[in-house]
Amino acid sequence: MNYIESFRDPALAQALLQEIRASITRPWVLMEICGGQTHAIMRHGLDQLLPPEVELVHGPGCPVCVTPLEQIDRALAIASRPEVIFCSYGDMLRVPGSHRDLFSVRAAGGDVRVVYSPLDAVRIAQENPEKQVVFFAIGFETTAPPNAMSVLHAHHLGLRNYSVLVSHVRVPPAMHAILGSPGNRVQGFLLAGHVCAVMGYHEYPPLAEQYRVPMVVTGFEPLDILRGVHRLIRLLEHGAVRVENAYERAVTLEGNPAAQAVIRKVFEPCDRQWRGIGRIPQSGWQLRPEFSEFDAVRRFEVGELRARESPLCIAGEILQGRKKPHQCPAFGVQCTPQAPLGATMVSAEGACAAYYRYGRERLLPR
Amino acid sequence: MCLGIPGKITRTYEQDGLKMGRVDFGGTQRDVCLAYVPEAQAGQYVIVHVGFAISVLSEEEAQQTLEALQELYDVQAELGEEPLE
Repeated sequence: MNYIESFRDPALAQALLQEIRASITRPWVLMEICGGQTHAIMRHGLDQLLPPEVELVHGPGCPVCVTPLEQIDRALAIASRPEVIFCSYGDMLRVPGSHRDLFSVRAAGGDVRVVYSPLDAVRIAQENPEKQVVFFAIGFETTAPPNAMSVLHAHHLGLRNYSVLVSHVRVPPAMHAILGSPGNRVQGFLLAGHVCAVMGYHEYPPLAEQYRVPMVVTGFEPLDILRGVHRLIRLLEHGAVRVENAYERAVTLEGNPAAQAVIRKVFEPCDRQWRGIGRIPQSGWQLRPEFSEFDAVRRFEVGELRARESPLCIAGEILQGRKKPHQCPAFGVQCTPQAPLGATMVSAEGACAAYYRYGRERLLPR
Repeated sequence: MCLGIPGKITRTYEQDGLKMGRVDFGGTQRDVCLAYVPEAQAGQYVIVHVGFAISVLSEEEAQQTLEALQELYDVQAELGEEPLE
């Protein structure tokens, strides 16, 4: 079985599109949460293959995008210190803080390294006992288990020179914020498949019920996304409020118990600031007090930093599905992936960056 | 960063007390932590996020999904529905 090519079969995609066309009777606004899905939709042109009644709006599921400016400034302050090796996932390096980004810290002589896995950062700490190694632990429920494991592993290895700058966020509280806002347009959700692979999807039925919005657990290949859309349209057309799983090969109701156990051991829920959206109660994770010695904010005393966003950027409205990237006057003019003004243009998975890269501004009316 | 990709475990081993595996992503080999999929074995496919496998893919479920889609396609072909351009 080829798990990639089989789920990109054009003939089967056409069959699904035909089914979607046949079952839809009116316009519907669907939101995909995950930046990976936004990217796949643009890359494969699925938004243009779907019938015009299906409007896809793009949710806040790109961790690079929603990491608050303060947290970036904290990272920059820590990374600039001479005793620090600062490790990060690659896409955080270009994210502008208030005055500069991690690339410019590196250019100025800072030791900033891109790692593929948080365990690489732990290994760097083992190899450099005279240095302080800090890992920028950002992300949703998918990166929380790896980031938590790095803390646990450093603890087992007795490392005193490893710490993490934690900026973890969770999907369900963000959905609450979107669905509960007065300007909400979203009528159905494509749930982020890999977040559900970790956490399961038992958290979602109460949310679906409360806001009367159906949801479908959805994967990342073109056939997965079209199946998710098809199931969601079917639920909407029948007035059914349910949570269904259309990513059966990777997701179970319970999720991954081993990963959940390590998250619970290392992290506890906390309020978090979301870039472009604001403060959402209990929407993130922070280190438990037992692991506070690994907290980089404490170790380097950067908790008091405050920052201000660009007044031009409308990322908040985009992340909540109220506006599309090309409706922003700064899009592609003052704001490009090379010189991003805000959250959603920053990461390759951000909605503005995806629209820019795949030329959607030329195809759609402003 | 956040893109999970499927890969095939070619062998498993242990390092510093963590279950690890060599995983093949269409020709590219990487070392991946298997601590969260303790049941995973060589030959199985896993979804990998930032160097950690978070889910073992079910081949049975994948087959069922593809068969259902194939059936849909066959029914449409039989009814002679025009494919979309």
